[in-house]
Amino acid sequence: MSNVATEALSVVVEREIPFPSEKIWRALTQPHLIEEWLMKNDFKPVVGHGFNLRADWGVVDCQVLAVEPNKTLSYSWGVFDLESVLTWTLTPTSMGTHLRMEQSGFRPDQQRYYQGAKGGCPRFFAALEQVLARID
Amino acid sequence: MATNSQRVIDLKMPKAHDVLFRTLADPTRRAIFERLCRDGDQTVGALTARAGVSQPAVSKHLAVLKQAGLVRDRHEGRQTHYSAQLSALAPLIDWTSQMAGFWQSRFDHLEDLLKRMDQ
Repeated sequence: MSNVATEALSVVVEREIPFPSEKIWRALTQPHLIEEWLMKNDFKPVVGHGFNLRADWGVVDCQVLAVEPNKTLSYSWGVFDLESVLTWTLTPTSMGTHLRMEQSGFRPDQQRYYQGAKGGCPRFFAALEQVLARID
Repeated sequence: MATNSQRVIDLKMPKAHDVLFRTLADPTRRAIFERLCRDGDQTVGALTARAGVSQPAVSKHLAVLKQAGLVRDRHEGRQTHYSAQLSALAPLIDWTSQMAGFWQSRFDHLEDLLKRMDQ
């Protein structure tokens, strides 16, 4: 029964994928490849980089929070009035790669969050730490 | 396969769930709620002993939780017992499963792309 509310506020999708993590990493981090499975974007695998994901229904405001090539990628995900954190984790297996996506830390968007995000974005890291602390 | 315009439903937190979400976004409040889920009915005093915040603060969190329908109170003599209302979480669980559906379909697209990519 523990973490009922935390679980209700997070989304986890994981899958075994029969390809090496290096190849999946490219699909997760190269803009022309991201566009093919997710949305149009101006992504760069650089911590602090702000980018958008664009679809015909609107725009997702993102900022890169953590990059560990072939292992972990994390970025904030702001859509409409809701802000969350997306974390991708790649783990090599005998068959290929275990790919895990967790979207959590949902909270109402606050304008000052974006204003404060331009510099060293300590608030974003504090938020990320909070999210990580909740993962059992 | 759903189009992007249909996907807007998946990505947007419905207005009706806003209160629920805002209520549980606070870590202290969520901890109080989870304690009630785990340990059953409790008084403010018992909750305060383990919450790490003052009794007035706990009472305030409980009032917000009650307003969101997440807890119910029951008076017994001079004591008030609080209990979690798990059914109130249902809209959030529905919403997160919709989000999971969105990501499942993106995972499908990603796998298709990986098959097309050169090594």
